[in-house]
Amino acid sequence: MPSLGADMTEGTLLEWLVKPGDPVHRGDVVAVVDTSKSAVEVECFDDGVVEALDVEPGTKVPVGTVLATIAPPDGHPAGSPASSAPTPAATPLAAAAPAPAPAPAHRAHAGGPGRISPLARRLADELGVDLASVHGTGLHGVIRAEDVRAAAGTGPAAAAPSPSGPPATVAAPPPVAGHDAAARALDMRRSIAALMTRSNTEIPHYHLTLTVDLHRTLEWIRERNVALSLSERLVPAAALLRATASAAREVPELNGHWVEGAFVPAEHVDLGLILSLRGGGLLVPVIREAESLDVVATMARVRDLTRRARSGRLRGSDLTPPSLTVSNLGDQGVESVAGVIYPPQVALVGFGAVSERPWAVDGMLGVRPLVTVTLAADHRATDGAIGSRFLKALDRALRDPDSTMQQEEQ
Amino acid sequence: MTTTLRDPTARATRTTTYREALREAHRDAMRRDDRVFLMGEDVARYGGCFAVSLGLAEEFGEERVRDTPLSESAFTGAGIGAALGGLRPIVEIMTVNFSLLALDQILNNAATLRHMSGGQLSVPLVIRMTTGGGRQLAAQHSHSLESYYAHIPGLTVLSPATLEDARGMLWPALEDPDPVVVFEHGSLYNVEGVLPEEPDPVDIVHAAVRRTGGDVTLVGHGGTVPKVLAAAEVLAARGIDAEVVDLRVLRPLDEATVLESVGRTHRAVVVDEGWRSVGVAAEVSARIAERALYELDAPVERVCGVEVPLPYPKHLEDAALPQVDDVVAAARRAVGDDA
Repeated sequence: MPSLGADMTEGTLLEWLVKPGDPVHRGDVVAVVDTSKSAVEVECFDDGVVEALDVEPGTKVPVGTVLATIAPPDGHPAGSPASSAPTPAATPLAAAAPAPAPAPAHRAHAGGPGRISPLARRLADELGVDLASVHGTGLHGVIRAEDVRAAAGTGPAAAAPSPSGPPATVAAPPPVAGHDAAARALDMRRSIAALMTRSNTEIPHYHLTLTVDLHRTLEWIRERNVALSLSERLVPAAALLRATASAAREVPELNGHWVEGAFVPAEHVDLGLILSLRGGGLLVPVIREAESLDVVATMARVRDLTRRARSGRLRGSDLTPPSLTVSNLGDQGVESVAGVIYPPQVALVGFGAVSERPWAVDGMLGVRPLVTVTLAADHRATDGAIGSRFLKALDRALRDPDSTMQQEEQ
Repeated sequence: MTTTLRDPTARATRTTTYREALREAHRDAMRRDDRVFLMGEDVARYGGCFAVSLGLAEEFGEERVRDTPLSESAFTGAGIGAALGGLRPIVEIMTVNFSLLALDQILNNAATLRHMSGGQLSVPLVIRMTTGGGRQLAAQHSHSLESYYAHIPGLTVLSPATLEDARGMLWPALEDPDPVVVFEHGSLYNVEGVLPEEPDPVDIVHAAVRRTGGDVTLVGHGGTVPKVLAAAEVLAARGIDAEVVDLRVLRPLDEATVLESVGRTHRAVVVDEGWRSVGVAAEVSARIAERALYELDAPVERVCGVEVPLPYPKHLEDAALPQVDDVVAAARRAVGDDA
């Protein structure tokens, strides 16, 4: 059972999309799991043949439980259990293997990560984290416990809720019988309550605001849209995300996680996108490696995520922990969004509505499309000077769309 | 008539030194039990090579504070005989290097007689000796050979690092029915501190956490404890919260305290002035690897004496001994602080 969010401790298997004997490939959708928030498609992390389905549909199991076992395609015991819960070299698998080839059994991640601390290995097992997907931040790239926790989306505080009463109590909602809409809404409300209470309890927020002139960016979008098909057309939100990714690259102190009393910068800008659902509640799917996407690709990702989130078909990989989250309430017409940080991240960027307002340009009063950007940042990790640099970088990026809207040079 | 109001919880204290705390422990033991006596080279008229017993001969007489010939084997053997005969001798050996001359008595007699007599004999002997370098006394007076004794079943081996332990360990050592070896690090004798007039009893069983912290466990004993505590302060300034465990007892090792700490911090740095190979730090590291491997988030680090006969020149001696910077560097490696 993969962890599909910082606050997820268990999930209900709704449906198997494969059966024993089916060949599967890395990335295939193999099952649908109900988190307390939505139904999520679970992808397979390995190539092979489904050997056994270990969990019956309708069963609620803790994160980290083995859902299924996959035999490697060539019959060698190099496989790992299905989904994102790889207990390396599961015993039943090794026993079923015809050829006695002991060495490969421990090389489920050959070519993947290098050294892994014993504690990190144990935690990965417990949290159901695929070590191949974990980025090591120790000396010489060693994967340590905090890297596994970051990959699982559980900071130390999430793993062990803070002793101050409220977050701990709301973090453990009573089990809900059935999955009717009202119960689901209540469940989601409780999840949000726990996470936001934790954020406001633990994180000393500071907020900085800047109003940005979008005149050039909107002009640029208008010109681009002429050449794009209807389904590809850009909306200002995509440009704001693209500029946010670029500013996060420039000011990496805001892009990452607060883990065990220290800031751990993220390698990529994985932008969380707060989506409000029509039935109430929120989801935060992620645009992974947003810094490597140009504005057209960003737009495509936003469109895809929004569509699937609203139809309740997000995948596990859509819900990996972001390194920085964006809240855009522009379509609700509000002027500014002073947000609450999604722990263990250290910042949240809030955009208000883009609206035409009077604006002084070159000593003259004109009318410009403006957006108010509010940065909520964790004062443990950064101070106002860094937050200001971020907003200035964002401002610069939006004033220079020609360079911003392209893919970042790597 | 005036009334003086006093805080009933306030305890009378005084400033003293590690050396004076040891002397007070001897005085206390000799007053409490007339079977207790001290013998060794220059302990009576000269007051002890490190002045621990200064004044005791005058106070207790030459029957109970006895100078011996320069023969470690002979006077340690005499101590064993006295213990077998019902007395409670304290034998002072000038340095651990010289104690090797008495190793036959200690290993083949003191540590084994209970077993070889089927439990009929016991040797309630306390042997004190100075250990360690840092005082430019060169390679025949400066080594840290605690591991030699910590290797021997039948002995209890103590390494008092604090004034409390200097003051408190002697009495439980004398009460022990089997031989106890006490190592006093030469750099500690002049350390000053405050002790209560009526000191609390201490045990000779447990390690002690001298500083709590969550990021890394620094393990030391004896003369390395002040250095390890100083390193913890340096680390704190870098935002690394170090826990300091003082082993206190090198045999039998209190591994539970070490493992409990490492179970919380997931990283360990073991500091010992003895040579790295086959030493106290090697033993502690092995216990951690055996019992707490899956708690470790980084390899165990050892900071030990360099494997050379300890040099005389100060700069070379400093380079051969574990220093605060070495401990800091090892702890930073353990937590992955490469900034």
